[in-house]
Amino acid sequence: MMSKNVEKKYFAGIDIGASATKAVIIDEAKKIVGSHVCRSGADLAGSAQAAYDEALKQAGLKAGDVGLLAATGFGRNNFPAAHCTITEISCHSLGSFHYFPKAITIIDIGGQDNKLIHVDQNGCIMNFKMNRKCAAGTGAFLEEVAYKMDIPLEKLNGLARQSTQDVSLGSFCTVFTGTEILTKIREGKKKEDIIRGAFCSVARRIIEMDPLIGAVVLTGGVVAHNNILAEILGSVINKKVLVPPSPQLIGALGAALLVSAKKKQK
Amino acid sequence: MPEVKASKPPKIKAAAKMKQIMSDHFYELDKAMKSKTQKIAWCTSVGPAELLRSMGFLVYFPENHGAILGATRQATDFIPIANSIGYSPEICSYLTSDVGAYLKKKTPLSQVYPGIESVPKPDILVFNTNQCRDVQDWFSFYAREFKVPIIGIETHRGVGEVQAAHIKSVADQMQGLVPKLEEISGQKFDLGELKRVVGLSLECSQLWRKVLETASAVPSPINFFDGTIHMGPAVVMRGTQVAVDYYKELLAELEERVKNKVAAVAGEKHRLYWDGMPIWGKLRPMAELFNSLNTCVVASTYCNSWIFDDFDPGDPFNSMARAYVQLFIVRSDEAKEKYIEDMVKKFKLDGIIFHDCKTCPNNTNARYGMPQRLQKRFGIPNIVVAGDLNDLRCYSEEQTKTVIEAFVEQLNK
Ligand code: SF4
Repeated sequence: MMSKNVEKKYFAGIDIGASATKAVIIDEAKKIVGSHVCRSGADLAGSAQAAYDEALKQAGLKAGDVGLLAATGFGRNNFPAAHCTITEISCHSLGSFHYFPKAITIIDIGGQDNKLIHVDQNGCIMNFKMNRKCAAGTGAFLEEVAYKMDIPLEKLNGLARQSTQDVSLGSFCTVFTGTEILTKIREGKKKEDIIRGAFCSVARRIIEMDPLIGAVVLTGGVVAHNNILAEILGSVINKKVLVPPSPQLIGALGAALLVSAKKKQK
Repeated sequence: MPEVKASKPPKIKAAAKMKQIMSDHFYELDKAMKSKTQKIAWCTSVGPAELLRSMGFLVYFPENHGAILGATRQATDFIPIANSIGYSPEICSYLTSDVGAYLKKKTPLSQVYPGIESVPKPDILVFNTNQCRDVQDWFSFYAREFKVPIIGIETHRGVGEVQAAHIKSVADQMQGLVPKLEEISGQKFDLGELKRVVGLSLECSQLWRKVLETASAVPSPINFFDGTIHMGPAVVMRGTQVAVDYYKELLAELEERVKNKVAAVAGEKHRLYWDGMPIWGKLRPMAELFNSLNTCVVASTYCNSWIFDDFDPGDPFNSMARAYVQLFIVRSDEAKEKYIEDMVKKFKLDGIIFHDCKTCPNNTNARYGMPQRLQKRFGIPNIVVAGDLNDLRCYSEEQTKTVIEAFVEQLNK
């Protein structure tokens, strides 16, 4: 099955994350021809299939046109249609290196966890870290902030951009930060400033993880929806932070690139 | 993806004998408690067991019970009970699970060994703080509960070069235990008997070292997960002929495996070191995960902790003192790094896994920059896994699997 499929021209990657499922289809030139993002929910295989079907539709393809399909992410073992699985650490490094082929530090901020990966100039992983078992600095933290302040999640980015004053949220833990936010509200701080403070807190959690050596690349759903984060992180570390196109799709793209490279090896 | 399909690892035949030894150990203690024929001393796992044995005590090791609570996945049910009486979830989860089980009047020993209703009641508690302060607090709880004496040795920690002063201090403290032990056991201290027991402990330790060193063969005939089970007799029966005989048998079996290139992990592709405590409740899934990745965890700080090269029957007190101070856990980071570097060479390792064990900072070496220093010094890749020895509330199976799989993918390149 594998040998027949590698003759085909398209390759797919499905990144089944804890919050969102992402599907990417690439052609032989490694160009994205179809993609889709949906919530993972409780039915991981169903979400993966739905994301894949939508990506195929967007590309104008049928499942039979796709040679190989790789699954990654938290639910990678839950999608039986996949020909192989690979961890999101490897996929994020492949996807990021595709856009920035040099020594890079990749920071992926997902819904439930953060990853920090050092890749050398050849695209090989030198080392990596995942955050501790805590929501601090992840998408879940921002969701909590939005909930506490009764603001729709998608409005956070725009509001933070209207901030005029620095508000610092210093706690390490999401629950403590929730209490801190209430204190700031009581003190009469503006919501725009508090929200920007929350993004600054995410940036601080990142710099605590590991030294950010070389060029820094930010990926994942959080930066995809909140581009202010790249600017804030850039100002904290004093260098420009690179963001690839469609940063939320980088893991799925990496998975697709992996199987397309398998074809080359044949 | 694995190149060689993972197959079920071969079973170690000596395991049946080991099970019998552990069973005999617990029944002997139970009988002594019920018949009051022999005094029982509780001892910390790297404490002066030889001295106790030589003075006629049967020795029980609460840490071993802690590990059984963990391995049977009962610990997490008992920990909250100890938490509720003031023993924090942040402290040793051997302590909290063991105290919780005691308060609940439960022990997994009753499920495994019919007729045993409880752990054996102590006549005396003997600790050594060479590993941590928690053991002293743990034993103090039982001293209050059972109203029995508690005595112990306060060992130096973070020791760089082991100095004569360290040895003298510990040897003096050991000798200082004798009068109380004589009073409780009703038996006079006998130097000849201590020499005999230390001799047997030395023999056990030398054999255990040889067992672990068979893992330097490629492929390795044994892995860390086997080691955590087969170290049982070295912990609870060292100083007896039974332990010596057991390790002779196990060693012969493993040497045969080396000769025939029988691998603990089929298609062994990578060889790793495990630093820190085992995650007792997850031994099997962990072993299966590494097996599926054709990766063998060949050596560990933990299993090596019961190698006591310094025992000398000719000079029992000083040599016991040296052996119990020389231990990895007692030493400075510099000494530990040198030790791990030697392990990397001896066992031909490709990487190190550091277990950042939530409730045992004493057996955790990932919190003061050691992984980074080791990687810088000799380029060995490493990964830190967050977990706990017994408290599975501190462990994320998914995250750990991803981290380990990703580490192997990194090594595959
Ligand atoms: S060394 Fe760690 S696991 Fe062992 S008793 Fe002390 S705190 Fe507990």
